[in-house]
Amino acid sequence: MSNTLGIIFSNIHERDIKELTSIRTLASVPFGGRYRLIDFVLSNMINSGITNIGIITKYNYQSLMDHLQSGKSWDLSRKNGGLTILPPFNNEKSRTVYSSRLEAIKNVESFIRHNPSDYILMADCDIVCNFDYAPVIAEHERRGAEITLIYRKHKVTASQLAHKRLFLDIDEDSKVKGLRNVSEGDEANVYTDFMLINSSLLLYILDHCDEWGVKSFSRDIISKCVDYRTYAYKLDGYYATISSLADYYKHSMELLDPEVINELFYKGGQYIYTKVRDSAPTRIMSGAVVKNSLIPDGCIIKGKVENSIIFRDCVIEEGVTITNSIIMQDSIIEKGSTLNCVIMDKGAHVLPGRLLSGHSTRPYYIEKDVVI
Amino acid sequence: MKKKKCVAMLLAGGQGSRLKALTSTVAKPAVSFGGKYRIIDFTLSNCTNSGIDTVGVLTQYQPLVLSEYIGMGAAWDLDRLNGGAHILAPYQAKRGARWYEGTADAIYQNLPFLQRYDSDHVLILSGDHIYRMNYAKMLAQHIANDADITIAVIDVPIKEASRFGIMSYSEDFSIYDFAEKPKEPKSNHASMGVYMFKKDVLVEQLTQDAADPNSDKDFGKNIIPKMLAEGKRVFAYQFDGYWKDVGTLKSLWEANMDLLGENPAFDLSELNWKIFSGGDAYPPALVTADGKVDNSITTEGDIIAGTVVNSVLGEHVIVEKGAVVENSVVFSGTVIKAGAKINYAIIDEDVVIGEDAVIGDGKSSAEHLALIGRGTVVQNGTQLKSDGVLEAGNE
Repeated sequence: MSNTLGIIFSNIHERDIKELTSIRTLASVPFGGRYRLIDFVLSNMINSGITNIGIITKYNYQSLMDHLQSGKSWDLSRKNGGLTILPPFNNEKSRTVYSSRLEAIKNVESFIRHNPSDYILMADCDIVCNFDYAPVIAEHERRGAEITLIYRKHKVTASQLAHKRLFLDIDEDSKVKGLRNVSEGDEANVYTDFMLINSSLLLYILDHCDEWGVKSFSRDIISKCVDYRTYAYKLDGYYATISSLADYYKHSMELLDPEVINELFYKGGQYIYTKVRDSAPTRIMSGAVVKNSLIPDGCIIKGKVENSIIFRDCVIEEGVTITNSIIMQDSIIEKGSTLNCVIMDKGAHVLPGRLLSGHSTRPYYIEKDVVI
Repeated sequence: MKKKKCVAMLLAGGQGSRLKALTSTVAKPAVSFGGKYRIIDFTLSNCTNSGIDTVGVLTQYQPLVLSEYIGMGAAWDLDRLNGGAHILAPYQAKRGARWYEGTADAIYQNLPFLQRYDSDHVLILSGDHIYRMNYAKMLAQHIANDADITIAVIDVPIKEASRFGIMSYSEDFSIYDFAEKPKEPKSNHASMGVYMFKKDVLVEQLTQDAADPNSDKDFGKNIIPKMLAEGKRVFAYQFDGYWKDVGTLKSLWEANMDLLGENPAFDLSELNWKIFSGGDAYPPALVTADGKVDNSITTEGDIIAGTVVNSVLGEHVIVEKGAVVENSVVFSGTVIKAGAKINYAIIDEDVVIGEDAVIGDGKSSAEHLALIGRGTVVQNGTQLKSDGVLEAGNE
């Protein structure tokens, strides 16, 4: 039995990518031809032996619930632990929907309190990677840590500064000394928002945060980290943060590299699971051209698809040319249409002979279920 | 426990020896089909889609892959509180242990299972056909006719009729003549091996048959002729969809090819009758900038950097740059290395085809398929002629 409870924040960061999150949580944003963003963090947790997971929701969580159902697709339909969806209104006190990470955690305090786990692993859904948390937990135990913060070491980008990412000050023993102010281009330890914390400490913080005047959970706790045994753990390998539509587009296109596919979907025999849809295999017709593209099951392709990500159950008719685009599930593109640098949300329908184009820095977004 | 209307018994123990190396280590119903499926998926999915929630799966020959695949039946929505999928293997009892001696004996030995669920009707199925069929319609006709047994029939070309159990029926679908594999068939109504019995009649017939030392313990040879002779209510249920017995390499290959094209003979993508399968979690297929795919089926996990024409690829098949796969069926987990050429072949699961190997020759055709068995490592530059067979441990 794992001694760690996973807590996933399904909504944090979603203001960053409002096109795709106006109708859904960030967690349920489709990614990589057949996945939702939450599949990565959820699969990483179960592959690490964490089988007791709570998912904190705020708005728009119907699509997430539809995706997760009982958690069976992730082997999380269990008697011990399994998947628990935590809706935003938990008690009399929470009359308004939470507006910060701290309020979100406070709202699920009773769920945490009634859980026998020693550790809590908290994670957001904006990160795409294949990562084994088990060594982090082992290292946390070995060091007798109270908090372990998972970070990446790389040059700071403008986007990270704009999104107020936290940068850690770490000593040679990986002990966190505090936060650092950095400028664009600096080599820095970028906090991933993956935090492992002792349950007892988290509950202690929740009991006292009001009197201490804590407002931002991550920033204030890490600033106070000298009070606790706080360590850092470096995450290596393929890693993508989805913090804008342009990021979403760029990181989607990275999946066209077989090495990224091997790293993200097969590393260490750890697969990424998603809701089983039982689509038939894809039929590529005579005369179709498919180059440098991801094609999941359930598609019928008669036209030309190049440098693109197609999702399940799409129909691409003859004479269609799709380049540099992302076409989400259940979309239909009728005869003779041309699409370039388009992100087409689920179930969109392009009538014959349409010409649609964006630019790789600003892809043209088409809403869900729209007919063009 | 609430009484069930109909319970299905699925005969999945057959060796399928005409599939040669494909069934060396797996039972025929567990042989791969159509990219992501195994043959048994079609029957199990038919059960679920027809509202039958209790299925006994009778295994015997090489049950390991099959049992693991079926598990608790979750992939077909057959993990149920009451009922669901049950693997029924031959077992040891007080009277001793014995193998299933025939189709009828297999059911007879599992009468305790049937008695436990005590359904009104029992559907007997075989796990080696590719088809979509609504058993609920057959059951409705069976009940309307007050039949003791209803046999599903499909019309086959008359020249092939002597391979099947052939029957003749009147306008009211009552069968008056049945012949198992007749030399001179009197009709082209062939038995699909799908029988709907009144449970009490089935129990009575099987008990009598078990006591008969001269019986082959077979539904087609013994039970049905006996029921006709006794004047039981024996009816036909006429089926007219796609149905394929994939008992030979040629028919298995043909059935795979039937999935291809604009209007395929058998369309897997029918949304209101999905075929369920217990697949693995693979990312979408990647066709690289060098890849070329024409008139083919690809499945999740594939990475295609070579050329694939008129072929069906299973899950996680790797076709390296410069490799060419034509007119072939490749099962899951196989790697085809750079420069290899494959034409008219069936390549089983987890095979490695070495660089520049050539499978098939000028004489290759649907009648002359090359075959590579499960887990075989074909060395670089190997040449295998049409009709050739390579098996692991025997390369």
